[in-house]
Amino acid sequence: MSMINYASREINCKIVYYGPGLGGKTTNLEHVYGKVKPDTRGKLISLATETERTLFFDFLPVDLGTIRGFKTRFHLYTVPGQVYYNASRKLILKGVDGIVFVADSQVERMEANLEAMQNLYDNMAEYGYDLTKMPFVIQYNKRDLPNAAPLEELQASMNPGWEVMEPERQKVIADQFRPGENVVEQNADGVWVERAHFFEAVAVTGDGVFDTLKAVSKLVLKTLA
Amino acid sequence: MAVGSASWSFTEEDFGAITRTLQKFLGETNARCALLVDRSGQLVATVGEPPNFDPTAFATLTAADFSANDQLAQLIGETDFNSLFHQGEKESMYLADIARRVILVALFDNRTTLGLVRLKIKDTVLELTKLFHEVFTRGKSATSQPGLLAGADDEIDQLFK
Repeated sequence: MSMINYASREINCKIVYYGPGLGGKTTNLEHVYGKVKPDTRGKLISLATETERTLFFDFLPVDLGTIRGFKTRFHLYTVPGQVYYNASRKLILKGVDGIVFVADSQVERMEANLEAMQNLYDNMAEYGYDLTKMPFVIQYNKRDLPNAAPLEELQASMNPGWEVMEPERQKVIADQFRPGENVVEQNADGVWVERAHFFEAVAVTGDGVFDTLKAVSKLVLKTLA
Repeated sequence: MAVGSASWSFTEEDFGAITRTLQKFLGETNARCALLVDRSGQLVATVGEPPNFDPTAFATLTAADFSANDQLAQLIGETDFNSLFHQGEKESMYLADIARRVILVALFDNRTTLGLVRLKIKDTVLELTKLFHEVFTRGKSATSQPGLLAGADDEIDQLFK
């Protein structure tokens, strides 16, 4: 639920980082916090347990620039990844404008990824939000680990796509973030399929962190255009 | 407009009316400061003594606090708690729901009393509820109009180069 404040000339948008526990959601925010100029970001708030596991959420406000005289403020949130905390996880989704799903590339975390993705769909549906109709990107994190699954395998299980029903969208749409690839295309069986945008990342070193953030922010602003 | 991004906006006139209502409340109660926060955690307005804390962080935590308490209310068979009170040694805060979309927070110290704040906040809540209903109804009817950033695609692209 983006909020436009004409008095202070600000556009406020909410982006939520979702995904399985220990996948790197908080690390994404910490990297952004460390890299952006202090005058363009606020305080990083972490409601975490003593062992640094997210209990409720992490929060970081960042300014990404000015459009038409309006300051674009993005409020970045993470959710607690652990299955146990679903009640609080769901609360964070309230009023969300864009979602980043941080998947753990490790082969042994595949089931946890799928469980978290299903949980995201379920929680969004309870609010009446349709994930296929809003800014949504997937980040495959931990690409540097030796036990990381190949990208094709991750795509096949995490991002198989959804059928495009609207005739006007049944055409090849290029992926603006990955030259040479498409987000909407026709399968061999003739069905038109759309996939979420995706990025590879190593959040601990910062690789792919800003690519992901820029992509989701851009998609959010485009919904206002 | 994408599903799930029910935007709302308010004009400078709305802002003026909100500010006047809150100033009246502060004048009547001697509370230090009043903040309006929307349910997704964004700060809408601050009136009174400028807060000496990070207002953005405060807004986020307020929304989370209210949401968590709503869930607690449902667990015990209530639909929601429409007001909350947090008492400190010197500073206290009173939170009240407005039209299920916005939260009014009154910060006060020992220059006033909880009773007075609670009494006066009722009228303020009624006035603000009426005001916000108008803002939200207008938001709904305006959805068919082009958005604020209509035609700004190039500018958006430029921002992310």
